[in-house]
Amino acid sequence: MATALLGERIKRKEDPRLIQGRGHYVDDIVLPGLLHLAFARSPHAHARIKSVDVTAAQAAPGVVAVYTGADLQGKVGMVPCAAGIEGLKVPEHPCLAVDEVRYVGEPVAVVVANSAYTARDAVEQVEVEYDPLPVVVDPEKALAPGAPRVHSKLADNVAFVAKLEGGDWKALEAEPGIKVIRQRLINQRLAPVAMETRGVVASYSPGEDLLTVWSSTQIPHILKTQLALMSGVEENHCRVIAPEVGGGFGSKLNVYGEEGVACYVSKALGRPVKWIESRRENLQATIHGRDQINDVEVYVRPDGKVAGLKCWIIADLGAYHQLLTPAIPTLTALMIVGAYHIPCVFVETKGVFTNKMATDAYRGAGRPEATYIIERVMDLVAAELNLDPVDVRMKNFPSPKDFPLALPTGVTYDSANYQRTLKKVLKAAGYTKLRKEQERLRKKGRYLGIGLSTYVEICAMGPSSRMPAGGWEFGSVRIEPTGKVTVLSGTSPHGQGEETTFAQIVASGFGIPYEDVTVLHGDTGVVPMGIGTFGSRTTAVGGTAIYLAVERLKKKMARIAAHKLGVKPGELEFKDGKVQTAGGEKAMRFLEVVAEAIFAKQLPPGVEPGLVEQCVFEPANFTFPFGAHLAVVEVDPDTGEVRLRNYYAVDDCGRVLNPMLVDGQIHGGLVQGIGQALWEEHVYDENGQLLTGTLMDYAVPRAHQFPWFETATTETPTRVNPLGAKGVGEAGTIGSTPAIVNAVVDALRPLGVRHIDMPLKPEKIWRVLRSASAA
Amino acid sequence: MIPQSFEYHVPRTLEEASRLAAQFGADGKFLAGGHSLIPMMKLRLAAPKHLIDLTCLRDLAYIREEGEHVRIGALTTHFRIESSALLKEKCPLLPETAREIGDVQVRNRGTIGGNLAHSDPAADWPAAVLALEAELRAVSPRGERGMAAKDFFVDLMTTALASDEVLVEIKVPQLGHGTGAAYAKLHHPASGYAMVGVAAVIALRDNGAVERAAVGITGVGPKAYRAFAVETALHGKPATQAHLNAAAAHAAEGVDVNADLYASAEYRSHLARVYTRRALEAAVKRARAAATA
Amino acid sequence: MKIRMNVNGNWREDDVEPRTLLVHYLRDVAGLTGTHVGCETSICGACTVLLNQEAVKSCTVFAVQANGAQVTTIEGLAREGKLHPLQQSFWEEHGLQCGFCTPGMILVAHQLLCRNPHPTQEEIRKGLEGNLCRCTGYQHIVKAVQSAASKMSATEPVRAVAAAG
Repeated sequence: MATALLGERIKRKEDPRLIQGRGHYVDDIVLPGLLHLAFARSPHAHARIKSVDVTAAQAAPGVVAVYTGADLQGKVGMVPCAAGIEGLKVPEHPCLAVDEVRYVGEPVAVVVANSAYTARDAVEQVEVEYDPLPVVVDPEKALAPGAPRVHSKLADNVAFVAKLEGGDWKALEAEPGIKVIRQRLINQRLAPVAMETRGVVASYSPGEDLLTVWSSTQIPHILKTQLALMSGVEENHCRVIAPEVGGGFGSKLNVYGEEGVACYVSKALGRPVKWIESRRENLQATIHGRDQINDVEVYVRPDGKVAGLKCWIIADLGAYHQLLTPAIPTLTALMIVGAYHIPCVFVETKGVFTNKMATDAYRGAGRPEATYIIERVMDLVAAELNLDPVDVRMKNFPSPKDFPLALPTGVTYDSANYQRTLKKVLKAAGYTKLRKEQERLRKKGRYLGIGLSTYVEICAMGPSSRMPAGGWEFGSVRIEPTGKVTVLSGTSPHGQGEETTFAQIVASGFGIPYEDVTVLHGDTGVVPMGIGTFGSRTTAVGGTAIYLAVERLKKKMARIAAHKLGVKPGELEFKDGKVQTAGGEKAMRFLEVVAEAIFAKQLPPGVEPGLVEQCVFEPANFTFPFGAHLAVVEVDPDTGEVRLRNYYAVDDCGRVLNPMLVDGQIHGGLVQGIGQALWEEHVYDENGQLLTGTLMDYAVPRAHQFPWFETATTETPTRVNPLGAKGVGEAGTIGSTPAIVNAVVDALRPLGVRHIDMPLKPEKIWRVLRSASAA
Repeated sequence: MIPQSFEYHVPRTLEEASRLAAQFGADGKFLAGGHSLIPMMKLRLAAPKHLIDLTCLRDLAYIREEGEHVRIGALTTHFRIESSALLKEKCPLLPETAREIGDVQVRNRGTIGGNLAHSDPAADWPAAVLALEAELRAVSPRGERGMAAKDFFVDLMTTALASDEVLVEIKVPQLGHGTGAAYAKLHHPASGYAMVGVAAVIALRDNGAVERAAVGITGVGPKAYRAFAVETALHGKPATQAHLNAAAAHAAEGVDVNADLYASAEYRSHLARVYTRRALEAAVKRARAAATA
Repeated sequence: MKIRMNVNGNWREDDVEPRTLLVHYLRDVAGLTGTHVGCETSICGACTVLLNQEAVKSCTVFAVQANGAQVTTIEGLAREGKLHPLQQSFWEEHGLQCGFCTPGMILVAHQLLCRNPHPTQEEIRKGLEGNLCRCTGYQHIVKAVQSAASKMSATEPVRAVAAAG
């Protein structure tokens, strides 16, 4: 029963239930009288709905009701978009399509039946007559004059154009000797593929006028507000519960039409309903990630100093806005200079509608794209000037003394020492030796590649001034009469392990056993307010709220104890289950102070009974974690297959509260980032049909594809929050993708290869090898 | 995720199974391990009205040696083949191929007979039985018959089996002295099926020339096939690297090569040549080792 | 159709539609929701259970095919309140995050260690090839299996999970 201290490797509180199959995910929720939903979806990428005939489906045995888009019109609100971008076009986005469908998989009708099996059967009996319309899949073609329009009410397919500019471009462009390097970089569309698909149970009780919703979501509080608005049930009659959530990666940082439909149906029928997404639906109709075309121009001096960067971003938004769809590519612009002091920046971001599922936040959300751009740029510069990629990076890093560092992109980096992480990763990998080995192997016709990525990311989202709908977080701490501590958090962790981290914060603050702390989250009926879990914010923002609530409670308890002990509150410390003076001469047991506070017999004047404090923490800035990754790959000259031989990662996420959990976040992030570089790609054909519609086609990485990751950390605390923690949920994904691509391009450098677009499928590399040998 | 309704039948004898199949015709399907059929049913790409479950015919799960052959019951799981001590000694190509199929759960449940009868163009077993020149034995109300592997695979997911015929046994000739075999496969990154899978059997003469070569290739065309052009190119030639390379160049000759997201027809043809060369190299190496053993 | 199955040591009899998948039978009929559904193409392995002590994907078996069989789900792995060494190791080595793939991972690892009590890292990774995890990056899962292997060989012979009769 040792007191858990911050920074220790503590086993997770979450695990006992999960390793025994006793956690409850949405599909594990069963209510009396439960009905099941199944959606009829569009097989067309773009079509007018001529008619929907539900007679047969309605008559099928076990079917309770069938609703179409027309049935729901005016009764359920639109799928919301929270992004605030000047001039943004926001097309109507009904929960069920009404006149037109705009992507394959768009829901058209819903069947309500007494079992999931009958609902599934009846979906096939919903007869929809479509009149196909011209389809636009390629965002560049969507920009062309006369292109088919995704939304006929809009003048064109441009949802928004945003510009970001900083620095003295005139002077730079006139500078003698400046070299301009141009490259197009494509960041392909991905599927988030949380292992648990989406799911929702909605239960409306007419007597109480109470709507309770269990949803596999990362944002229960935001979802509650939005479902109240969509369903017309007053918000103070709505409760959203996020039970166990089987992964999100941003895909559940959203409000989906199916959730609105479930609420409507439950209210209309007065019975609870359940919808569990199939994997095929998940690949079609849960948000996708990335999908940008980036044209860059790098202005570099002969010594390798990058003086300016221009980038034109075409962001493929898909057919509709989901919650944050248009906001994601603007994060790319914000982080485009990466870990480098680049004085001149210009970014134009164009958000474009196409006949595809919406893109939105997927692990990293805009920053992997930025990091990919700038880290490829550094290697392009190195190749162009025949410099070592290490030297180019070192030359362009700001000094650790420059922080906080205001950038031309309009953000201020909090703290960093980029040189230290890079040096550490080079040492871990034996960089000089690796380069020698590479030379040796090249002589034998073998292609070994070494790739670097020295990323910086923006997280701990974030100050409310820069967020669409609040960037604060809520935490409260309550001490029960038995001395057990109940913590409420407005975050909604779903695998990150904050039930553990938060308990560590609380236990170490009070000097009590870690086992005495329980963390509750993900239930708007229990936690009064909250934002949620995304943007690597849970510990840095949500944890801080809890830390500050603990500090407030400690102050109160110290006052009470001081009153009793006849000392000053400032003389007391919380240690080993006691509240005591420094030497321990005067002490009360923690539980005694709790009893004093709650039974309130002799409280100091002006002190309220009870021990409960809350805090809504508003961070003054984002945080900017960083790191240096190094990948070693070997390319098979016969087939173009890439083997990842070694991977080294040194990450700095500020103060580490639980190294085991930090490692876990990094590992998982690496696999997702490497997956993008090598295998993953969500592909539509020119008719807007999804070619990667099952896990037989979409390649989710597997265990045997990876070497043992060598990971380490450095700790550069932030001053943005008192914990000094920055956030680590996305770092691995953000850092790893360019390291792999840089490594493969490095391997093929003797062949004159300068760039290959992701994913680095063997065929692409084989073609490069073949044309090189032909030349 | 949810298959359509069907009637489920559990025949107690082969005869009964065959009779049921005859009765249901195109509406019926045999069910063995189910690892090809059930996924298709869940996606509603297949919706048989009657499933005839063969798994109760336990007599059809066996591996035994009989004279110059090993005989494998059609309901033998991939895992039993993978782990069979007898096969590791007498016909190591079979365990080597089994190991490359799907994953451990699939191998625990999927059967060699089901896999062959389903005849997926990217399945692994067809390559092996082709290269081993196995005989596939089937039973119907008309009696029992054997088919040469090369005649068994007719077209995309179509075999020489009649609809009421039950595949019962795979009869594999044992490799002789100085013979080696190998399976070389490139896994599809998502499905694990063969983007290309090449099984090669090479028998060497005492002078090091190729006495006999048999090469089965899967994943490349609409059905698995014998690469006769490769075999012919090797016959009687010394098994030098140059000859192996030259022979492997014929791997996709005359084949209507598949294309998908991961490999165009051009690239897949190239892969077929590379993996054929690799399978040949490994088989020759083993043949030499077998000759000196 | 009537079926009889021994699930985690208890025989039960139920009437099911022939098309009922074993995973739905276990979850919806037997109420054992520890077995999860993660895909519909027999790829992800989240639904892995032991069928007559062999790991299978219960989404690719009809319940009627398991008639008369012994089935072990994640709920049946701990004995008398004591975690199985694999469960213990997954906990200690942080072999899980969201926990959705975990029951399948633990059961497939169980299969691996039954057949190969001292697997190499490579053998463990190969043994996990039928199970997807999107959270952990697999490394801590590999570590957990290694740790369980040494626990199991140190303290007891590999314990096959046999359903009591």
